[in-house]
Amino acid sequence: MSVANLLEVDRLITSFDTERGILRAVDQVSFNVPIGKTVGIVGESGCGKSVTAMSIVRLLPQPTGKILGGEIRFKGEDLIHASDKRMQRIRGGEIGVIFQEPMSALNPVHRIGRQVAEVFRIHKKMSKKDAWDASTEMLGLLRIPAPEKRMMDYPQHLSGGMRQRVVIALALACRPDLVIADEPTTALDVTVQAQILDLLGSLQSEMGMSLILITHDLGVIAETCDEVVVMYAGRVVESAPVDELFGNPLHAYTQALLRSIPTLETVPKSVLPTIPGTVAGLAEYSHGCRFCQRLGRNSPATRERPKFKEVEPGHWLEICKECSNL
Amino acid sequence: MFEPVNDLPMLKAEDLRVHFPVRSGVFLTQTGAVKAVDGVSLELGVGETLGLVGESGCGKSTLGKALVRLLEPTSGKIFFEGRDITHLKQGALRPLRRDFQMIFQDPAESLDARMSVRSLVEEPYRIHKMGNRVERKKWVDDLLDTVGLSAASAERYSFEFSGGQRQRIGIARALALKPKWLVCDEPVSALDVSVQSQILNLLVDLQKEFDLSYVFIAHDLSVVKHVSDRVAVMYLGKIVELATSESIYKHPKHAYTKALLSAVPVADPQVKREKILLEGDVPSPIDPPSGSAFGHRLRHRRYGETIGMDLALAEIEPGHWVAADPCCLEAEDWEEISARHSSPR
Repeated sequence: MSVANLLEVDRLITSFDTERGILRAVDQVSFNVPIGKTVGIVGESGCGKSVTAMSIVRLLPQPTGKILGGEIRFKGEDLIHASDKRMQRIRGGEIGVIFQEPMSALNPVHRIGRQVAEVFRIHKKMSKKDAWDASTEMLGLLRIPAPEKRMMDYPQHLSGGMRQRVVIALALACRPDLVIADEPTTALDVTVQAQILDLLGSLQSEMGMSLILITHDLGVIAETCDEVVVMYAGRVVESAPVDELFGNPLHAYTQALLRSIPTLETVPKSVLPTIPGTVAGLAEYSHGCRFCQRLGRNSPATRERPKFKEVEPGHWLEICKECSNL
Repeated sequence: MFEPVNDLPMLKAEDLRVHFPVRSGVFLTQTGAVKAVDGVSLELGVGETLGLVGESGCGKSTLGKALVRLLEPTSGKIFFEGRDITHLKQGALRPLRRDFQMIFQDPAESLDARMSVRSLVEEPYRIHKMGNRVERKKWVDDLLDTVGLSAASAERYSFEFSGGQRQRIGIARALALKPKWLVCDEPVSALDVSVQSQILNLLVDLQKEFDLSYVFIAHDLSVVKHVSDRVAVMYLGKIVELATSESIYKHPKHAYTKALLSAVPVADPQVKREKILLEGDVPSPIDPPSGSAFGHRLRHRRYGETIGMDLALAEIEPGHWVAADPCCLEAEDWEEISARHSSPR
């Protein structure tokens, strides 16, 4: 393995047991997270980006969610076969997770202080007093005004932005090596989103951690990420360094996605390029190229599973005759 | 610059206020009010789209609901084609209801899961006792075709559809009675980008085809810019800036508009812009600052002057209106505005 990668995900397969059989929500997904870098995973809802992230920390819905194959190596350690006890140490300790909806990630019947201090009590085995002080310091680090007072508040007393800061405080409390942020700003206003992303960026360079940022917002990706992984229907269709992906997208899906967003520069009321059709349901996924499936293309060439190859240094692409523009 | 297509605007609101009482104590006496909409005046021309943007809690949805009379305004007036509809009773309002409709954010929640698409889209006709069965069937088929749904989908149920298709059903329902203007409340914010562009295109097409007017509410500034002729920026129940969409995006005058625009992430890694990071959140509309609300958030040194000052919109350039607020304008803009008013500010 390469030394520079903190996390390596290799041909990960995650499935769910459903009434319609075992369905693969994540179908051989591969990507690396270099030390200190931010990797963005982008895709439409249902593309498997959250399932990929939750597979890394093994927080899949039980008993239906299962990792069927592939490898996840974190600092060289195999996470798929790690014991549950070891995973509990890793989650919150070495890997922090920031969830989308801060209200459901926090317990409404406990004070903020108790919830943050709990992380220090469990992972650092601190005394009550030390944990309380460390928590106050952590809230201050997240630029929460008057942290001593906020420690005594309940989550519902805080605004959305402040709540998300508390959730980030929980994830960063033990100064993890890797933070997984699942749509951390989707529920927030743009102004608050800008504050939170700015804060995450500066804390990241301060602490030297790596970040996996899951989002459907290409603007957020462009502004915060070093590498981008584009997922479609459970697979990675393209991944590349951010400048390369936006400057030289090679997969038809990436290109269509980039074209379809209105920007502040588009001509008002002009026709926006669209992607015809809708994403197939999990049970209807084709074995072949799934973007061809969406567009209704059905030639023998598109029925075979496209190979995922490195076409230029660091630029990976699903090679489909119809969809890849090489 | 925007010029009214016709002398009479489609819709006009004058100093509209919607306050929700806050009650407390044993006898639930009113102890305050949430000033969700606090003195909004606007006009909507025929075939025009007026975008409403602002952070959550700024009152944009409340304003939208008050305009279609789903919420009772506390004071102020609403005129539809010159007729005062502010206090019309339900009976008198019903015939007018055909002319203005609303498209909601989450079509999954606004559509009854037990009704087929046909009965959902047909419902407005039944309520207004229009047509016979054969006519209504034809109308529904035509409507589904207009919004891009197949005829076969009429016999299915809304939960069988994806988010984008459900929004099409919502749009079909809203269009059934051939309205003249619609309030679209975050119609695409629950949708994925590729589907979002389909719905935006549909809304723009429908507007051209039927000469519709839209009040388009959204928190996504790029989306609002794309569909709107003019844009109103709301902050804490008030419009702080109102101009054509080009003018507001290219030459924003109000500090809040500037901050809001700078916060929009740009999908181009080559672009590195200086962001204006705002401190804190929108203040509570229960007890808003007595002077300039945004000046208060900025902790502006001139905030004290704005207490008791008239911060109404002033026309800084033809068609470009901005709150006359010394905290939120560039010094030269402020001087120009204050010089124009003979009365001492």
